[in-house]
Amino acid sequence: MTIKLDARIPEGDLASKWSNQQANFKLVSPNNKPKYKVIVIGSGLAGASAAATLAEQGYQVDCFSFNDSPRRAHSVAAQGGINAAKNYRNDGDSTYRLFYDTIKGGDFRSREANVYRLAEVSGQIIDHCVAQGIPFARDYAGYLDSRSFGGVQVSRTFYARGQTGQQLLLGAYGALNRQILLGKVRMFSRSEMLDVVIDKGVAQGVIVRNLISGEIQRFNAHAVILASGGYSNLFYLSTNALGCNVTATYRAYKQGALFANPAFTQIHPTCIPASGEHQSKLTLMSESLRNDGRIWVPAKQGDVRSPGDIPDKDRDYFMERRYPAFGNLVPRDIASRAVKQVCDQGLGVGSTGHGVYLDLADAIQTSGQDVISERYGNLFEMYQRITNENPQTSPMRIYPAAHYSMGGLWVDYHLMSNIKGLFVIGEANFSDHGANRLGASALMQGLADGYFIVPASVSHYLAEQKPQLTETGSECFKQTDEAVKHKLSRLLGIKGRHSADYFHRKLGRIMWDNCGMARSASGLTKALEEIPELSQQFWRQLKITGSGEELNYQLEKAGRVADFLAFSQLVCQDAFHRNESCGAHFREESQSDEGEALRNDKQFSYVAAWQFKSGDSPDNPAPADLHKEPLQHDCVAPDQRNYK
Amino acid sequence: MAANTVSNFRIKIWRQSQAESQGHFECYTVKDISADMSFLEMLDVLNEQLISEDQIPVAFDHDCREGICGACSLVINGIPHGKECGSTTCQLYMRHFNASLEITIEPFRARSFPLIKDLVVDRSSLDRVMQAGGYVSVNTGAAADANNVLIAKHSADDAFTAATCIGCGACVAVCKNASGMLFVAAKTSQLALLPQGQPERLQRSLAMVKQMQLEGFGNCSNHYECEAACPKNIPASYIAQLNRDFLNASLTSKEYESQTHCKTYEE
Repeated sequence: MTIKLDARIPEGDLASKWSNQQANFKLVSPNNKPKYKVIVIGSGLAGASAAATLAEQGYQVDCFSFNDSPRRAHSVAAQGGINAAKNYRNDGDSTYRLFYDTIKGGDFRSREANVYRLAEVSGQIIDHCVAQGIPFARDYAGYLDSRSFGGVQVSRTFYARGQTGQQLLLGAYGALNRQILLGKVRMFSRSEMLDVVIDKGVAQGVIVRNLISGEIQRFNAHAVILASGGYSNLFYLSTNALGCNVTATYRAYKQGALFANPAFTQIHPTCIPASGEHQSKLTLMSESLRNDGRIWVPAKQGDVRSPGDIPDKDRDYFMERRYPAFGNLVPRDIASRAVKQVCDQGLGVGSTGHGVYLDLADAIQTSGQDVISERYGNLFEMYQRITNENPQTSPMRIYPAAHYSMGGLWVDYHLMSNIKGLFVIGEANFSDHGANRLGASALMQGLADGYFIVPASVSHYLAEQKPQLTETGSECFKQTDEAVKHKLSRLLGIKGRHSADYFHRKLGRIMWDNCGMARSASGLTKALEEIPELSQQFWRQLKITGSGEELNYQLEKAGRVADFLAFSQLVCQDAFHRNESCGAHFREESQSDEGEALRNDKQFSYVAAWQFKSGDSPDNPAPADLHKEPLQHDCVAPDQRNYK
Repeated sequence: MAANTVSNFRIKIWRQSQAESQGHFECYTVKDISADMSFLEMLDVLNEQLISEDQIPVAFDHDCREGICGACSLVINGIPHGKECGSTTCQLYMRHFNASLEITIEPFRARSFPLIKDLVVDRSSLDRVMQAGGYVSVNTGAAADANNVLIAKHSADDAFTAATCIGCGACVAVCKNASGMLFVAAKTSQLALLPQGQPERLQRSLAMVKQMQLEGFGNCSNHYECEAACPKNIPASYIAQLNRDFLNASLTSKEYESQTHCKTYEE
């Protein structure tokens, strides 16, 4: 199959593209809207906001979540804030500057038109969220407060103490609830999408497993929106919730949707270090701490004094030393690598040596204990609970951890994949963050996609569709349904020796060591040999107790691990092919004399969109086919990112 | 150092294969548990042990494991989320437990939280209470500039404290009446304290309380166990706020008679 990638970027100069597009979007008349049905997979910020907004417009919406309530989707865990180009501080912010920072932060690997639109709608998001009753932080005059995040020099991040994600999600959940009560949204909790049904290149619906009864169900619709989140859990240890997975997007990929830039995975610099083998997840400490915290290690190896006893002259504030202009507020990819480098040099702290200090002592001295507690109180509590140490008397220890995936299904300007009627929003698409996402931009993108962009572009798509639905009894549904059941019964039938977790842990180790913060041709080659072997073992030795006709967490997990095993080969293939360093993707072969990432714009200024190719066995796919979407930089000329 | 302490724990867990079947307590010993392990990681170890013995692992809800999604539940030694103050189950560490004492683990028990399997219960009643009116009815695109309406910092902070509710249901599980009052009060108070919540304030309190009753939650008899069990330390004083709004609404609101928001669920 030959695929022509058309990003459908509208005509006009950058600042008028979105308004031109809006003016040209086709509409569905109010009488006809209830005749159209849309499926939304996922109920996080992107999914809940899209489902609610489409229902407000008059469409029928079915929304699915594997959680027991839409309010538990992992957007809930975002701590720090949401960006918006409001310029309330009069500090020089503007739509253009937010656009510019995001393009530069993404190391010139994202689409200018998409990113500019994101910056344009960012202000409307804050307006809407305030109208929903979200209790954002305010100053004493009653105006919205804001703070700075990594990679920018303005203060544009709006926040609700350390739980901005939960507050924004509760807003979207409220909007969703209102539509559920009105009968416009049917919400299916504890339901996992196991495949998308496609006929003649057009999305027709989905196959879903009811996680309580185990029943396999078919749902049809005129359009399907995937808002299923990111795939950082392929590293086993990550900051993601344990349920986060790649299954919905990977299965769409297997059906022909292209997967873009899968190797762009973000490692977050400030997480609580792992304490041992049993560890099941890593906990993030908000990037906002870098506003007040100073990062350092002892200047000499083997300095075992407790941090309070090490005088300033024996400390290395390596972020401030290396990046004087941005200091501790460099973007995440750069901060993570700097931490890794000092730890690799043997300067790391803590029992494992995988840690650096994040020290708030100076900030407490200047601003006072109360101010700092007000800002970060819940983070201090969280840290103390996990480590048994008080961060207000001794510095926190932090280390990078897998956090976010910039890669995702390829979408055009309408957020539609190369499969007609299959839209992808939020973290699940590849869109706006290029090779590195800036802090507080994920919430912005999820809500921009869900509240403002996809409702308009889905309407435009539906305007050209006939109201008749493909029956769920038709051949395409039957075939996909059978394939799903076959896969489940295969998993249950292996009856081997090891749990799904056993294989997931092993996969995570391979990926972290070879495709984590630093990647090399030899490491990736090794991973590409080891993963297929592990995958074979999985399909021979997996053990699931219990049946498929009941609540069975092991079966759910096994399906997700099977997809991670296949998908991580694509991640490695992408990382191997992109022989340049850009953003979070650091190839050891491509670095400057000072150890900074070195891009190769001549060769790699494109989006790598991969097409699935089946292999000789159903479990190990053949290497995928590459399609390239060249990136145009009409407004911002790519240069070496300089945060010094 | 605490990190090197390894112990065996005896645990007694509620097992029930499905809603209709008879449940019972089962005792297990979990080996080599380090003090730095989280409580749920200890259960992971138990489940790995059970799988290796060809047994069905214990089903329990969990997701974010950082105390914010509200998925984890569990009554541990008689207290929802265990005896640590202001903590969810996923934020408990084994250093909080004494290895010489047996640990008892039960599901959240309440009429409005029917059991699904083992320690997993159905808390969708909380969702339905929220659907009855726990929001501001604003359509996307309708909002004015965010700084058009100023909100005093103390009101915003007070609303935020109510808004920290993670919807876990511990307040219900701990209450001898299985009351949902702290949950409902936190949700109504967040909006009652903000200007955006005013137009629907009275109608909201009526609709949500009505739905709460329909779901089988009990009433409040002022024992404040909910406040003690709340992983986010939400004060019970919000219940007074809800009671004031409810009383006001009952006396003054026409909607008390019409109850339009609740009709959907009355059948």
